[in-house]
Amino acid sequence: MIEIWRGTWVVAYRELLRFVSDRSRLLSSLFMPLLFLIIFGAGFTKALGPLARNVNYIQFMYPGLIAMTVLTSSLFAGMSVVWDREFGFLKEILVAPIGRTGIVFGKAAGGTMVAFVQVLMMLVLAPFLGVPLNAKIVISLIPIVILLSAALSGLGILVASFMQSQQGFQVLVQVLIFPLIFLAGVFFPVNNVPDWLAIVSKVNPLTYGVDAIRQIFLGSGLGLGVSVLGHTMGVLEETALIGMLGAMLLGGAVVAFNRDV
Amino acid sequence: MIAVRDLARRFGKLEAVKGVTFTVDEGEVFGFLGPNGAGKTTTINMLCTLLKPTGGSATVNGFDVRTQRSDVRRSIGLVFQQSTVDEYLTAEQNLRFHGYAYGLPAAIREPRIKDLLTMVELWDRRSGNVRAFSGGMKRRLEIARGLLHHPRVLFLDEPTLGLDPQTRRLIWDYLNELRKRDGLTIFLTTHYMDEAENCGRIAIIDRGSIVALDTPDGLKDAVGGDVITIATADNQAAADEVRSKYKVEPVTQDGLVRFHVPAGETFLPDFVLHFSQRLLSVGLRRPTLDDVFLSMTGHEIRDSELDEHDMMLQGMRGWGR
Repeated sequence: MIEIWRGTWVVAYRELLRFVSDRSRLLSSLFMPLLFLIIFGAGFTKALGPLARNVNYIQFMYPGLIAMTVLTSSLFAGMSVVWDREFGFLKEILVAPIGRTGIVFGKAAGGTMVAFVQVLMMLVLAPFLGVPLNAKIVISLIPIVILLSAALSGLGILVASFMQSQQGFQVLVQVLIFPLIFLAGVFFPVNNVPDWLAIVSKVNPLTYGVDAIRQIFLGSGLGLGVSVLGHTMGVLEETALIGMLGAMLLGGAVVAFNRDV
Repeated sequence: MIAVRDLARRFGKLEAVKGVTFTVDEGEVFGFLGPNGAGKTTTINMLCTLLKPTGGSATVNGFDVRTQRSDVRRSIGLVFQQSTVDEYLTAEQNLRFHGYAYGLPAAIREPRIKDLLTMVELWDRRSGNVRAFSGGMKRRLEIARGLLHHPRVLFLDEPTLGLDPQTRRLIWDYLNELRKRDGLTIFLTTHYMDEAENCGRIAIIDRGSIVALDTPDGLKDAVGGDVITIATADNQAAADEVRSKYKVEPVTQDGLVRFHVPAGETFLPDFVLHFSQRLLSVGLRRPTLDDVFLSMTGHEIRDSELDEHDMMLQGMRGWGR
């Protein structure tokens, strides 16, 4: 038990240390959301008009882009596993008396902390976009952001434990990341779309993360919330759902990492 | 310090290690000598708990490598074939991370970091990014790191592979000093013959089995004394004459006939005088471990067909490479 705990903080500590010493990563992971915000925002806001009362396209898209930031920085936890394997450092961790479960938790905790820092940086933009921002919103965001990034870190590590090379992992992440984002209601509400798209979107767990973050910013009852079988999901239900998913993915990552060789 | 019995590992159908048995005493420098693919790295990975044996048993510092993994891990320091330092951290951060991972209290950790970095002559570079280090500096840093938690056994997998002779000398100076000072047990694998000469005892491993185990001198004596090499106009006839006249089995290779005699200096004058073939050249030398390897396995250390690394990848699906 004590070894799992020590493994968690040691590995997480290193993730943070590396994040701090690598500024290019910090900027590059904020680049995509900013690009979408500027280009899609400029391109669609006028053309689409308000999507709900007092909600224009930029304000609609912004919470989704926060979820996207969480996604990219959390999947990086998996990337760092593949990276460590390729550069040999994984061996140093694997032979230390810390246990593999601790390594998984440490990578996930590191990914979560990094995601959290990047979300805080994204929040700086809110006042410029006319999105309301106050202490209550920030506090309400904490649980969903933590659970969502823990779940996605778990996904990244799970995938990484089967990957040999960075290239392989990157290809897989590219294949994974864009459908996950496009089908999560980041760019359009998932209620008024053709049935096939609605079904795929509602199966995508990221949809509920995006929706929870959106409801926290914009309030519920705008008619934008995701409805499943006629029931409109609330923030609490969605948070619980992401939490369960996170437990499953992290559990899967622990099992995959501990498998015998 | 290390006791191994019938230790075996197979990857699918491939038997990488076919049941090896040996013991290593405390304070001994024990070498595993063999070509790539002989099973050296696989054995080391089993001893350091990275790979589960598929047969036999092994204990390190009295702890079973299967059931007491954490105790084994605390007892050993490792220097791998490939670099395993974090290049994005500084030398000092790498060591500190290691100290955290092994749960060393700060009061022990910090002075120990200073001692070891001083020993490997990297204290001045402690705040430098490892990325900018040369291969030799990285290897020295890894040795310092492997020793940080006061291990009883230091495992070195090809410790001086790809390093220049000066750095190799330097690394061996540290290792010998540590052995004398702390009674450290050292287990290393190598395919450099001159490096194997530093060992107290050597196990020659070929195709997953130990074919010989003795001191370097003992192994050389076992091949039958000094090495005579001759070149003649007709090597086939020369080999036949050597065989019938001196009752030894000559080997013809690369245009030379080679055979072993107990005392070369006294043998040679008489040999040259009475040999019927025209001699083009005659050579006399002490046997090297190359000769030992050749006579034990029937082939030279550099001709190996299997690449152990590929084999491991197949079998381990790249775990921790």
